[in-house]
Amino acid sequence: MRYLPHTPEDIEAMLQVVGAKSLDDLFATIPPDSRLKRDLDLPQPLTEWELNQLMDEMAASMASSPKYKVFLGAGSYNHFIPSTVPFLMGRSEFVTAYTPYQPEVSQGTLQYIYEFQTLVSKLLGIDVVTASHYNGGTALAESLLIACRSKKKKVAAVSSLVNPMYRRILKTYFESTGIDVVELPYLPDGRTDLSALDGLADVGAVAVQSPNFFGCLEDLQGFADKSHEKGAFLIASFTEALAFGLFKSPGSQGADFVAGEGQSLGVPQSYGGPSLGLLGSTEKLVRNLPGRLIGKTVDLDGQRGFVMTLATREQHIRREKASSNICSNQSLCSLAAVIYMASVGGTGIRELAKLNYDKAEYLKGQLKKAGFKIPFETQTFNEFVVEFPEGFDKTYQKLLDKKIVAGLPLVKYYPEMKNHYLMCVTETLTKADMDDLLGEIKS
Amino acid sequence: MKKTYTGLQLSEPLLWEKGKKGRHAFDLPGRDVEPAPLDQSLVGDGPDFPDLSEVEVVRHFVRLSTWNYGVDSGTYPLGSCTMKYNPKTNERQASLTGFNNAHPLLPAELSQGALRMLYEMQEYLGEITGMDGVTLQPAAGAHGEMTGMMMIHAYHAAHGRQRTKVIIPDTAHGTNPATTVLCGYAPVNVTSNEKGYLSPETIEAVMDEDTAGIMVTNPNTLGLYEENFKKIAEIVHSKGGLVYYDGANMNAIMGVVRPGDVGADVMHLNLHKTFSTPHGGGGPGSGPVAVKKDLVPFLPVPQVVLEDGVYRLKDDCPQSIGQVQPFCGSFNVILKAYAYIRTMGPQLKLASQLAVLNANYIKESLKGTLHLEYDRPCMHECVFDDKFQEQYHVTTMDMSKRLLDYGFHPPTNYFPLVVHGAIMIEPTETESKEDLDEFIAAYKAIAEEAKTNPELLHDAPRNTKWRRLDETSAARKPCLTG
Repeated sequence: MRYLPHTPEDIEAMLQVVGAKSLDDLFATIPPDSRLKRDLDLPQPLTEWELNQLMDEMAASMASSPKYKVFLGAGSYNHFIPSTVPFLMGRSEFVTAYTPYQPEVSQGTLQYIYEFQTLVSKLLGIDVVTASHYNGGTALAESLLIACRSKKKKVAAVSSLVNPMYRRILKTYFESTGIDVVELPYLPDGRTDLSALDGLADVGAVAVQSPNFFGCLEDLQGFADKSHEKGAFLIASFTEALAFGLFKSPGSQGADFVAGEGQSLGVPQSYGGPSLGLLGSTEKLVRNLPGRLIGKTVDLDGQRGFVMTLATREQHIRREKASSNICSNQSLCSLAAVIYMASVGGTGIRELAKLNYDKAEYLKGQLKKAGFKIPFETQTFNEFVVEFPEGFDKTYQKLLDKKIVAGLPLVKYYPEMKNHYLMCVTETLTKADMDDLLGEIKS
Repeated sequence: MKKTYTGLQLSEPLLWEKGKKGRHAFDLPGRDVEPAPLDQSLVGDGPDFPDLSEVEVVRHFVRLSTWNYGVDSGTYPLGSCTMKYNPKTNERQASLTGFNNAHPLLPAELSQGALRMLYEMQEYLGEITGMDGVTLQPAAGAHGEMTGMMMIHAYHAAHGRQRTKVIIPDTAHGTNPATTVLCGYAPVNVTSNEKGYLSPETIEAVMDEDTAGIMVTNPNTLGLYEENFKKIAEIVHSKGGLVYYDGANMNAIMGVVRPGDVGADVMHLNLHKTFSTPHGGGGPGSGPVAVKKDLVPFLPVPQVVLEDGVYRLKDDCPQSIGQVQPFCGSFNVILKAYAYIRTMGPQLKLASQLAVLNANYIKESLKGTLHLEYDRPCMHECVFDDKFQEQYHVTTMDMSKRLLDYGFHPPTNYFPLVVHGAIMIEPTETESKEDLDEFIAAYKAIAEEAKTNPELLHDAPRNTKWRRLDETSAARKPCLTG
């Protein structure tokens, strides 16, 4: 086995030092009746040649872009990732390091996380951002939990246009907390009903996603004002962070916490994971934030450097008094994101966001022109809902045979939305791809 | 004293301290649609990112990488973290376009490769742990713990009476008590015996019908096998409780003990420890959870199933705790662990045997040099402390910082908490005898320096690009963005 460097002579010599007769003898402290009496029933080892062949076959069976034209978003977005990202994030020194507990030999990791925190805080318009969380859904759950706990209130109000997968996570997380999750209905314009907050009492936090699950931009400032009136925090969620290259950031519209997904920023879709949870807050709430934070400092010679900081919030110090049990971050994904943001740049991200917007608007306009109903008039980014005629599910299947995935059927998540599909267009789809789709749908 | 650099110790500013407006390292595709009108009241200023050229970006991150130390740089004996070699073929498999560009909501018929991999992985992990059901959803070990404890919570709820407490030994990871609280239980802390493991009497004394169960790390954080594990599981079961097995240290016992055979009901694995996926400077990880038959109905959704020769995602499971991830877990990390298991097969047992051999070899070789509180055969790691060095006013931290000067990553310091000044060493199976001998020689030399020239240790590290960093002022006046 090429990962195991021991020769029989090494093993012999080491056993002698240890005072054991055999490798099995090393486990003498384990009671014999606890030990497995047979070999593990696993497939025999593959050579690297055989493994490559197996994995190539499995990967080839996937309906991935560019082989397929995939008009799916809903929390996972296909954006172009320049070669610099996988190349640089593949550096062994980044990939094979642990959490930067020894800052003298971890400045590479520490500096890029500090840069990540800085660029993401600019993108989201918020004072502080953590070193990242598992994904947008768990970041939202954790932020809602700490928001309600710090307000000492028992109700979390969540927009029904927060990604349904995220809302399912909230349900799971809140099961044993004694905090009720109340859903805010949506309006005919595809936005959350702000007035639904009026009837609610004991609300500690309000969570709204913008752009929301239907792609529509919400009136975050309105939600912030009303939440603050009610003594609650506003948590702004999002799944498509690229939107803030063009539209107003959540932080600039009064959000106290931001909690969403950063996969769009250079992280491959990879069947949904790992992705990149982004979580931030205003400066005065920083000590409530769960998860890792990197701060600037100096070494003994006065040289600028970075360390993990404010660790007294964390589980390895506070144990049962910790604000969260989280003890890792999505470091490599945050590295991908910071390389991506550095590559695109301030000028580039605006152009890229605008191009994404224009492409989605093109498809939306053409569908409308062809007589399909666009039920929500509100401004959208990248994604929008279209209503197709009864029986479109057969066309959808037919399109799959032609290697086109024509959006996400919404009825599974919103039973009232039969024949409604959530379409997504990014810069990776061309006008020709969209025209093909239109041609097929119309025919 | 002004620091002098060798020619290869490169400096590098922060990203926004370089670049010029108008540069970019990214090609936009050609514009093939007309600009669409925009509601200007919704438009923002866009983020104030620096504009950099591709060469600037590449040099920036390559230079940063040279300031890091990874497993690929050298021995990384960080106790409790299992810093084993991360095979390069795993990275190749995980970067295949078919997987990388796969949308998680593709119809099942069009994602059979991914689903097959996930399904087989569930089967393999079930066999390795001796458990009946597996979920690959959790994103990390702590997330797995939480998922597992939520299932225990759901189990008790379904059996008519919720319980209020969970027993946590003093050798537990910090995540264990934090997790129990998150799941609505109060931790009951119990202590290990003088030999470093749990006595059945201790558990007998606190286990009652208000206690939901126990969380046991086995081998424990002293690197010792919990010899009474089976008996303890029986005590907990006899009062209707469940046994949570923290499998963070599974690298010691693959093919030797299967937790499901000795009384564990729920356990998590850390794919980024035992199954060779890289730690990545803190993540992403993956923390699958395996359960016995009685808990299978509570597994999170979606579950990967095989029906009529087709792999599918199933989410209509009425007793399930629900979803803990938006999609299917850390798919890309699971892929790497899958590649590892397919490469190793039943030889996983040999990996565990050699991990235990390496740890015992270090323990025996260093026990005259460093104080060993629990002198027993260890599993995958051993825990020393700084008692011998106290007289020279040299601490665990001083020795660790000096170890950096010798070119090694230090062990875990000051954990577990039950050993004052703990030095927790986990070499893993992928270090050769020569690597270990060099590491041992370094510690011996440092222990000698502690006697003859303790200042060398107090000032360490001296050979690194950075010297000790001021963590106190970083926390007092946090500067978290630039």
